[in-house]
Amino acid sequence: MLEATPKEIVDRKALRINPAKTCQPIGAMYAALGIHGCLPHSHGSQGCCAYHRSHLTRHYKEPIMAATSSFTEGSAVFGGGANLRQAFTTMYKLYNPDVIAINTTCLSETIGDDIPTLIRESRESGIIPEDKVVIHANTPSYVGTHIAGWSNMTKAMVTYLSTKTDTAKNQINLIPGYVEPSDTRHLKQMLKTLGVEAVVFPDTSEVVDTPQTGEFHMYPKGGTTVEALRTTGNSLATLALGPEASKAAAVELEKKCQVPYQLLDLPIGIAATDRFVQAVMEVTGVEPPESLVEDRGRLVDIMTDWQQYLYGKRVALSGDPDQLVPVTEFLISCGARPVYVITGTPSRYFETRCKEILQETVPEAIVKADTDLFYLHQLIKNEPVDLLISNVYGKYIARAEDIPLVRFGWPILDRVGHSYFPSVGYRGSMHLLCNIINTLLERKDRDDPDEVFELVL
Amino acid sequence: MTENTHLPKTELELQAAQANQNVMLSSSPISKEQTETTVEEIVEAYPKKVAKKRSQHIVVRDSSQDQEIAANARTTPGIITQRGCAYAGCKGVVVGPFGDMVHIVHGPIGCSYYAWMTRRNQFKPREEGLDFINYSFSTDLNEHDIVFGGVGKLKTAIQEAFDTFKPKAITVHSTCPVGLIGDDIQGAAKEMSQKLGISVVAFNCEGYKGVSQSAGHHIANNGFFKNWIGKDTETEEIEGFTVNIMGEYNIGGDAWEIERVLEKCGIKVVAKFSGDGSYDEATQAHLAKVNLVMCHRSINYMATMMETKFGVPWIKVNLIGIHAFAKSLRKIAQFFDNPDLTARIEAVLAEEVALAEAQIAEYRKRLEGKTVFLFVGGSRAHHYQELFADLGMKTIVAGYEFAHRDDYEGRQALPKIKVDADSRNIEELEIEPDSERYKPTRPVNVLEQLREEKVIGEYEGMMPDMGEGTLLVDNISHHELDILIKRFKPDLIGSGIKDKYIIEKFGVPSKQLHSYDYGGPFAGFRGAVNFAQDIDLRVNGPAWKYVKAPWQ
Repeated sequence: MLEATPKEIVDRKALRINPAKTCQPIGAMYAALGIHGCLPHSHGSQGCCAYHRSHLTRHYKEPIMAATSSFTEGSAVFGGGANLRQAFTTMYKLYNPDVIAINTTCLSETIGDDIPTLIRESRESGIIPEDKVVIHANTPSYVGTHIAGWSNMTKAMVTYLSTKTDTAKNQINLIPGYVEPSDTRHLKQMLKTLGVEAVVFPDTSEVVDTPQTGEFHMYPKGGTTVEALRTTGNSLATLALGPEASKAAAVELEKKCQVPYQLLDLPIGIAATDRFVQAVMEVTGVEPPESLVEDRGRLVDIMTDWQQYLYGKRVALSGDPDQLVPVTEFLISCGARPVYVITGTPSRYFETRCKEILQETVPEAIVKADTDLFYLHQLIKNEPVDLLISNVYGKYIARAEDIPLVRFGWPILDRVGHSYFPSVGYRGSMHLLCNIINTLLERKDRDDPDEVFELVL
Repeated sequence: MTENTHLPKTELELQAAQANQNVMLSSSPISKEQTETTVEEIVEAYPKKVAKKRSQHIVVRDSSQDQEIAANARTTPGIITQRGCAYAGCKGVVVGPFGDMVHIVHGPIGCSYYAWMTRRNQFKPREEGLDFINYSFSTDLNEHDIVFGGVGKLKTAIQEAFDTFKPKAITVHSTCPVGLIGDDIQGAAKEMSQKLGISVVAFNCEGYKGVSQSAGHHIANNGFFKNWIGKDTETEEIEGFTVNIMGEYNIGGDAWEIERVLEKCGIKVVAKFSGDGSYDEATQAHLAKVNLVMCHRSINYMATMMETKFGVPWIKVNLIGIHAFAKSLRKIAQFFDNPDLTARIEAVLAEEVALAEAQIAEYRKRLEGKTVFLFVGGSRAHHYQELFADLGMKTIVAGYEFAHRDDYEGRQALPKIKVDADSRNIEELEIEPDSERYKPTRPVNVLEQLREEKVIGEYEGMMPDMGEGTLLVDNISHHELDILIKRFKPDLIGSGIKDKYIIEKFGVPSKQLHSYDYGGPFAGFRGAVNFAQDIDLRVNGPAWKYVKAPWQ
């Protein structure tokens, strides 16, 4: 497995091998699915749209609906305006979405299609019905990664829909970041437990985790409604979780509607979740109920009961920046040693925060953004680790180097659970921690000789 | 059905073959009236211009007429198509499966990322141990490269790949923006090939070319043919009954099961295009006596070019389904016309067919009479009909994403096909016989006879194999799928990942016939047994009974 990967690390200037990222539009498509009644639309050649739908489907095992402008060579030369107009006509006649959220590809970005003008003209000529919402985000694939795509589409929700009126609302905005539907669902539950009204956007729960009922619904009941999105301009404050994914929308909302925001790490692990709860307390004045405090206590109970199995363990991590920062902090709080932390996404936040978190206890740790899994594998070949935490692509390294693997982050194409069980909040962190500990224990059971094979651990 | 002078031999096989024929050519159980009403309902929902176009892509089978179907035309924007792009057809399908080469995608990261191990073209390294099948290589273009050009970066990437991996060959695949910014990837490949002393081949497979994956197949075939086929000039002759397996991508190990049976029959495989494909074998492909064409759509270009240049004829085979595989093996026997080989093939068939028939018998009892829709790329929507027929299941609607009229109507449609504006820029190579190496692999009069009997050089398409009143739908849209499920209520739909969970949310089991739902092989005799078991678990699986709660 991966036998062509040499131990010796040579600096590469041009060749990207086994990326730890993908391109913008898929993130935008996923964010758009977090709007109720929305049909994502990919303005480019149809290959992108097919790949993005397929990939999200493989991750969620759910229908992922999206349309495309299906560029041909002619439109690549003369512009994709006619394609987009035809797409509007077809979509409204056949699929009647309340919202169309357009993302672009490297094709339409390179030729410079002016989407706002195309939307305006289509509206003026009646191709877009009056009561229908169309939003767009420019998502050039040659800038940033899938996280930027998510971020840009989330920001577009604010740009197009958030409005400030005279009636202030006793609610907060929560931008949950590029997370699983299980995470968003759990965050909403936490706010409900805390007694806080909130608009959570984008919200993909009940869109990409729908029940089997024997009936197909093209627009599932989930997703943040346009009405709710409009009211975000009247909220008390915005909590933006995961700066890479959520900051742009929060900043835009402040600029457009003067809603103040707080940027927070994703609430994964004890400390990050505490900060999240404190932030909610601060902006709303609520006090956490007993049930939440008890959840917290149960998480700490696991951390203290099981610390011997994590203590001093060398861990390699790969994934998206917003997730890696709190997971690194969580591992430190459990006594583990995250020695390699890498992401494919260029991110100053990631590098600065991880180094801050690691400098005291794991000063030798290598933290690198804008790199790839080939590099991570080489690091591991040079100095091995006890555990790998990564998305699905880590399974090849795990097999090659015989390292236990915890699948975490996006995408996970070969296991079930990520869309149903959260990783955020006290309960989500319990779930993640149990997964990590049990993975290490499975390995211990596999490796221990018969004479020391234990019944009780 | 193709007329075959070599009839099945054993009593059991005779019965099985008859049962297969009966299912294949039976009429659709959906009444003609209902079928016509449904087609009207589908078409009426479209905007007027779209309706006119789409109605030409939907045909109700009527064997009394010479029917035509529109295909390989541009996709209507916004219609929700299953189709992908030329890059996917070139790198993802045809070239990528070669496991001992480094395939560099020149573009932003997405294209390389999404084609990274998502098609299950399995590969085993050869003696040298080169194996890059689990890697993704890209130039990962950024904004600076788009503005100032990416050729320099590409050349550096090729150099870095060579230094790190020492592959047999390197390929370069361009993506959408590369064509627009004018990067000369052909020039870069040529320069680097000379510098490094290995084959570096560039494919201009920008995603916007043509109207689907199909353009990418053609571009891949051209690049292959020009650079690799016949490149081995040292190996003089390969003894025995030699074949290439063409248009077979070893999804879930299909090619290995095919090879197992061929080898048992005494037939030697020279090269595979391109599942489990290797560079050295590809450069010797011109030395095989005959090409076995599995996926006509993706590889017919190379098959016909090899025949023109080297005199290697091709046989259209279907190695999916017990009865289909037996028929195909007998075509091969007929081609070589060697009594020993024929006897050995018959012996293998007697053994393998009997075993497979016995093993699927139980499943067949539970599946007989069930109805199927098939919407798969450019060949499986036809091939799998024979395997479903082995199980007693009737395909009532079938269509391709990106096949051309010849795949539907047979190659006799070729002279009638007009290349439209969207596909005109895909290069057609002018091939002449190789002055030194052209050599018909059977006597010329024998070849003529074989051609007349349609053993070589012929594919009759999907249409003649479909019973009365069945429906053909080219490039199906989500809207069409939706209506057809609701009106026809099939027992199973064979399609791809994007459709699978849509279909299953309707309560209809779906079988992925691209990825095989991570199982396989489904080709050959053992594959048929795997498939029978897999279809049984999907159609008769216990979980479906719980879709409605007991109180509902």
